[in-house]
Amino acid sequence: MTPRVGVITFPGSLDDKDAARAVRLAGGESVSLWHADADLHSVDAVVLPGGFSYGDYLRCGAIAKFAPVMGKLVDAANGGLPVLGICNGFQVLTESHLLPGALTRNDHLHFICRDQKLRIENNSSMWTSDFEVGQEILIPLKNGEGGYVADEVTLDELEGEGRVIARYLELNPNGSRRDIAGITNERGNVVGIMPHPEHAVEKLTGPTTDGLGFFTSLLSSLVNNGKISA
Amino acid sequence: MSIDTVSDATSSPKTAQPFAELGLKKDEYESIREILGRRPTSSELAMYSVMWSEHCSYKSSKVHLRQFGTKVPKNDSMLVGIGENAGVVDIGQGWAVTFKVESHNHPSYVEPYQGAATGIGGIVRDIISMGARPVAVMDPLRFGDPENPDTRRVLTGIVSGIGGYGNCLGLPNIGGEIVFDASYQGNPLVNALCVGTMKHEDIHLAKASGVGNAVILYGARTGGDGIGGVSVLASETFDADGPAKRPSVQVGDPFMEKLLIECTLEVLHAGLVEGIQDLGGAGISCATSELASNGEGGMHVWLDRVLLRDSTLSPEEILMSESQERMCAVVEPGKIDAFMAVCKKWDVEAVVIGEVNNSGRLTVEWHGQEIVNVPPRSVAHDGPVYERPYARPDWMDVRQSSGPDNLVRPKSAAEVKQTWLTMTGTPNLASKSWVTSQYDRYVMGNTVLAQPEDSGMIRVDEKTGLGIAVSTDCNARFAALDPYKGAQLALAESYRNVAVTGAKPLAVTNCLNFGSPEDSAVMWQFEQAVTGLADACLEMGTPVTGGNVSFYNQTGEVAIHPTPVIGVLGVIQDVDRRTPMAWQRDGEIVYVLGATRDELAGSEWAHAIHDHLGGLPPVLDLNAEMTLAEILVAGSRDGLFTAAHDVSEGGIAQSLAEMAMRSGVGARLEVPAGIDAFTFLWSESATRAVVVVSQDCYEKFVALCDAKKFPVTKIGVVDALSKSIELAGVFGESISLDIEELRTISEETLPRLFG
Repeated sequence: MTPRVGVITFPGSLDDKDAARAVRLAGGESVSLWHADADLHSVDAVVLPGGFSYGDYLRCGAIAKFAPVMGKLVDAANGGLPVLGICNGFQVLTESHLLPGALTRNDHLHFICRDQKLRIENNSSMWTSDFEVGQEILIPLKNGEGGYVADEVTLDELEGEGRVIARYLELNPNGSRRDIAGITNERGNVVGIMPHPEHAVEKLTGPTTDGLGFFTSLLSSLVNNGKISA
Repeated sequence: MSIDTVSDATSSPKTAQPFAELGLKKDEYESIREILGRRPTSSELAMYSVMWSEHCSYKSSKVHLRQFGTKVPKNDSMLVGIGENAGVVDIGQGWAVTFKVESHNHPSYVEPYQGAATGIGGIVRDIISMGARPVAVMDPLRFGDPENPDTRRVLTGIVSGIGGYGNCLGLPNIGGEIVFDASYQGNPLVNALCVGTMKHEDIHLAKASGVGNAVILYGARTGGDGIGGVSVLASETFDADGPAKRPSVQVGDPFMEKLLIECTLEVLHAGLVEGIQDLGGAGISCATSELASNGEGGMHVWLDRVLLRDSTLSPEEILMSESQERMCAVVEPGKIDAFMAVCKKWDVEAVVIGEVNNSGRLTVEWHGQEIVNVPPRSVAHDGPVYERPYARPDWMDVRQSSGPDNLVRPKSAAEVKQTWLTMTGTPNLASKSWVTSQYDRYVMGNTVLAQPEDSGMIRVDEKTGLGIAVSTDCNARFAALDPYKGAQLALAESYRNVAVTGAKPLAVTNCLNFGSPEDSAVMWQFEQAVTGLADACLEMGTPVTGGNVSFYNQTGEVAIHPTPVIGVLGVIQDVDRRTPMAWQRDGEIVYVLGATRDELAGSEWAHAIHDHLGGLPPVLDLNAEMTLAEILVAGSRDGLFTAAHDVSEGGIAQSLAEMAMRSGVGARLEVPAGIDAFTFLWSESATRAVVVVSQDCYEKFVALCDAKKFPVTKIGVVDALSKSIELAGVFGESISLDIEELRTISEETLPRLFG
């Protein structure tokens, strides 16, 4: 059975179709989920896509946190449902307290779009299992508020527990603490990442196809966990 | 507040009215009285004043723009021509494309961030009102002297505005231009292009048909922003000591625009809409009068139903408001509920404000009182038309006769190398990545090529690989030397930039930026440029599908260089076959296609090194340009090229430097026989490209050029082991340019000036 991966569309979501394309290219079935519909439609995993949910008003991700679908999602994520938050999706995950810390305005105060080199630091999460630890990948990054911050204790804890899943290499594009590009929860099912793996899934349109690894990782993890038969 | 009704207007014919303050001339006011057979009400006066402004009525340009309608090339791909919100072109496989470029120059100088932001918002609504999904934007920009402190204010604000609005809208920004010239100091140019795609059956037009149908206003609420923006801002030359005009600039909300895109496409695709119109300049006045005059001819509007952001607005202000992110739809009564349900889904407010009738009149009431009763055509289409006087100014003789021949040229290998390094870092040639990296080029996942490539390329159909390419270009210095040729050279460059990536040029849009039409020299430049463009489009078989005129880009007596920005749209059957600009593998052969003559007038070298502008622009053979494009498109389709790059500003030196910087590997090259190194490197002769051909394709390529009788010159090979451009034959010596040094020079200029 093909794994069904939900992609939530909030008003102002922009990369939802791209996330759905990445799911399909990795071999999954994408399922559109609507912010106002408090139902996950029995999907096997969820992607919170990039964009400007609710116009980034108040604070990035702060309003999306209250969308009807999010109540269901938080419960499911706490129950082990795999969730990937990309860019604005990462911001929604921190606002929803599924991940610690916060994303703040880039230190140079400009929006930045570039092909970003990353090092994978953890391949035990459900979204990074197909990578090697230490593997270097190149995927697009595009954000105005991507500076990852948390207090020192939290940062030490993330490092100590191996929950930093990827770090910026060569250039820290937004002032993130300890060059952190992405993190996971303790259980390894919820991952937030600021750069955009869904924009590096085809040679034609992306700098590489390195991003596909996040989506194939999910499918492998689902099979290995016995959620889906291979 | 006292309301000036139609019956008041009839009973008090002598009441003095502020037509001059609203930008209307005395004779224009008189003709309104003649049309109505009475004095206009204050609301009617407001409507006429905005709709008869230069910006909305094209009253100075109309007589010349007609050429785009009369000199139409035979072209089977036009589905919708000039006159609608944007032209529509057939690209095959049932797909159609609409594209248009518009100016937002004056607002962007007054309030750079909002001016640039709302410029994008406006052009995007033009595209969605045709029924198309917007798929990309581009921004041709012109700024004053980069060292002038005000340029920093203007540029950083405009770039932030484009990024702030466009990024939030989810449209990839795939190209455009950034040009610096002191002539734009008080009049920066902010042009915005949007391209959209749709299936043929989804094309929609702006007309109010069907008696009894409802007129629905939806989107953002109407506020006090932009009141008088059209007539006060866009149609009057800036006066250096004039009052501050900030309140007239509109404020944009990209989030609302994003909802409006999704909501509009959903109601259109669900078949809920008979006619649709965006609200831009002149707001409700424009939308209701255009919809009515394009349809059954009559409409009644209950203006007090309009949802307001500011309850104190007067009816005149509501009619003139240019609040952003609003649309108007004509909907059958039985479909209103379904329409409203879609709006509710997207959290978009909507209200029925009017009804289509066959009265032949546009009537507007305000709390039961009639405040407007006019023939809609007289507002929307039958505005004044001026035959402005135009004459070639005497100073053109001086300008054209003072050519670049006496300018000091580099005469040794060392001087050539130094010139190359200097030119690489000039603001016009330097890397624009500091700007373009503030724009999202990846969103939607269909961007095949984006800046700094020659054109922006978008995949339209994921299954078949069908795609489009768009470029915008204009070397305004050429237009200053000869506006007729300058417009044609702009078209040729844009056409070439599309072809160089492998797409076949199909159609043209334009944004004609000029000084005051009340100046006969400016009007002559305009007439020449339009004629040149229309003639060239006819010859090249690429119809003009629409465009925009921006006059009054003038501070005091000083007008900008005539700047006819030309956008060309091309189609490529399989985007996988595109030709990128970076050479790649060792041993690939580097050729120059086209002939290089001693043509330095209006060149970047003359401008940057000598601050010189004089002489005659490069010669242009349109047939040769078409042949070059045929070679570029055929070579791309047949897989002959590994890379190709247009030669334009900065000449072959700049093309080679850009290809090397993009690739990271070097090349061993030689100046061809019969030409000196300086002319070879910096002449800006038209109709040229650098192409790179693999070892096993070169015979086929040369045969193709021979068959087309097109000049081609081998200049060397790619050297994958080298990190530099080695050029032999430079005044008897060789020079070596380190690619990393070029890159450093190229990339540090803009951050140094504006970072």
